[in-house]
Amino acid sequence: MTAAATERDEERRAMTASGEVAIDIAGMNKWFGEFHVLRDINLTVYRGERIVVCGPSGSGKSTLIRCINALEGHQTGRITVEGTELSSDIKNIDRIRSEVGMCFQHFNLFPHLSVIENCTLAPIWVRREPKKEAEDRARYFLERVKIGDQALKYPGQLSGGQQQRVAIARSLCMQPRIMLFDEPTSALDPEMIKEVLDVMVDLAESGMTMLVVSHEMGFARQVAHRIIFMDEGQIVEQNEPEAFFNNPQSERTKLFLSQILSH
Amino acid sequence: MAGEKSVAFVAERQIPPSPPPVKTGGALGWARDNLFSGVFNTVATLLSLAFVAYILAMVVPWLFLDSVWNASSLQGCREVDDGACLAVINERFLQFVFGFYPEELRWRPILAFVLLFVAIWPALFSSAPRKLLIFSALYPLLAYWLIWGGSLWGPVGAVVGLAIGWACIRFLPPLVRGRLDEGLAFLAAVGAGILATALWWLFCVTAFEDALGAVLAIGLEPVESARLGGFLLSTIIGVSGIAGSLPIGIVLALGRQSNLILIKAVCVGFIEFIRGVPLITLLFVAWLLLSYFLPPGTEFDLILRVVIMVTAFASAYMAEVIRGGLAGLPRGQYEAADSLGLDYWKSMRLIILPQALKISIPGIVNTFIGLFKDTTLVIIIGLLDPVGLLQPIRADQNWNGIVWELYGFIALFFFIFCFAMSRYSMYLERNLDVGHR
Repeated sequence: MTAAATERDEERRAMTASGEVAIDIAGMNKWFGEFHVLRDINLTVYRGERIVVCGPSGSGKSTLIRCINALEGHQTGRITVEGTELSSDIKNIDRIRSEVGMCFQHFNLFPHLSVIENCTLAPIWVRREPKKEAEDRARYFLERVKIGDQALKYPGQLSGGQQQRVAIARSLCMQPRIMLFDEPTSALDPEMIKEVLDVMVDLAESGMTMLVVSHEMGFARQVAHRIIFMDEGQIVEQNEPEAFFNNPQSERTKLFLSQILSH
Repeated sequence: MAGEKSVAFVAERQIPPSPPPVKTGGALGWARDNLFSGVFNTVATLLSLAFVAYILAMVVPWLFLDSVWNASSLQGCREVDDGACLAVINERFLQFVFGFYPEELRWRPILAFVLLFVAIWPALFSSAPRKLLIFSALYPLLAYWLIWGGSLWGPVGAVVGLAIGWACIRFLPPLVRGRLDEGLAFLAAVGAGILATALWWLFCVTAFEDALGAVLAIGLEPVESARLGGFLLSTIIGVSGIAGSLPIGIVLALGRQSNLILIKAVCVGFIEFIRGVPLITLLFVAWLLLSYFLPPGTEFDLILRVVIMVTAFASAYMAEVIRGGLAGLPRGQYEAADSLGLDYWKSMRLIILPQALKISIPGIVNTFIGLFKDTTLVIIIGLLDPVGLLQPIRADQNWNGIVWELYGFIALFFFIFCFAMSRYSMYLERNLDVGHR
């Protein structure tokens, strides 16, 4: 069993040996006021790679992925996304954001717009696509997240799981090269977690570069190339899934794993 | 089984949904449940009914049964009956509406009033044809021309000034592209546009008007501001203030949240200063002081000055109401808009403002209603709004001693307008409520 899983990890590694860098973070530090929230982060994400970031709350994992599309600014170090360096230049930031999709813990759909309008808004206003084209693509992605029949409803009429799938479709409509997920299932009822994870697995299988902050260890095992464990603002340990779960090196990781896997 | 308790339970069948129980008893049943349930409620209901009956017994005969519509003086009223002397309203109705606007020209304000509804239609109801918005944009100048008259070229000159300002904002930034930071270039262009428009309005409009007037004289007979009064005046000040304060308030609210220190300081300074002084002092400034600061010889209409002050006053309040709405939105909405790559103006226009304004509707309408009623303060600086017209009427020997009828009539006018606004805002809230169905 374990041998097979390890083999699977190795296969996965071979598949992404493209060597093309999607995100490169070097020597990055961030403070909230006096609080040193991210400490000397060095991380390279290759195209097609899927990384799950875990760690106790307050460890800086959400802040880390929010730095990648500049929802949070970093103070020192360098972040390069698809060859564009994140600087204070608004033009660069907007370009990176239109290449990087993001899903939030609380979905953050636009409640005053219908599901299909949520999905077509950015393509129409940012990419300047014709309405017809944007709608066709929105319908395609809504079908893909299995929610095509709800296109004309408003977010307030949908369940949490449905809303999160719409949020994923909304991001995909911008045809991003990278997808960031900030605890996408933490606000969902147990029955709805699976429907969202299914969509994410499907997305993973299509070769999308994904960075997922999550505590869904089953999902991590199933799709991740790498698992990163963060604590107190720094990357404590990272490894391939089977090695990470079966043979954690740091005491902190062992403690964390024993706590989340004990139920 | 007796005596033994087991917690185990399995539903034997699926219970099908059934309709809710029907309310029985009709009106009587409703009254019993809501008005006469218990001793205290019964007593309260009876007392309230007695109070309402008492008031009606006084008002109805006075206002309807014993009122007098045709008489030439209060004395004449009293000779006929002892109810309300509505003859005064009958006689002075047109004065209440138009002030001292020349009788033969009164079709102009009436036309302007009718066109007002055409102009606000697309703004109020989304079902209206969108093309009408062009008319709405031009309406203020059309109404100005209809009411004040004068050469058509005056309003056209004003539009030209706006066009010049717009052209500066549109075409200046590309000229300096590459040499100046984009945001800075935009700000500079806006500044230049405002300056160019102001200069044009202050120094060139008159020449433009005279020049074109000499070639082709199209105009209406001019009417002086001093002749405007009554509900016409209230409506002009109120509607202009309402139409102006919302967009200015939005800009101020956004400016107050800006990261640019200069813009933020200007907006905060404006809001805090204007909110910190009474409207009456602003009206005095409009009346007495403003002409000091303008180039000598500039004709600057008093009503226009008042409109500017009232608009500024309402804008400051509006800005704070809208800021409340902006603050009421979850941060996630800003973040979602940002993460999709929408720039600041697009995220404001498409995501943030539609929601923030919706939350703010009660506060916005509150400010509108307050502004509309505050227009009566202009009597302080000698403008003859309906309240201002009371003085000459009550000083008239024929109507000396009349109070209730006149104030009641003015109150009715304001009530109709304010109630309409309130109902519209409720309609709008209901209509926009898509969130939690």
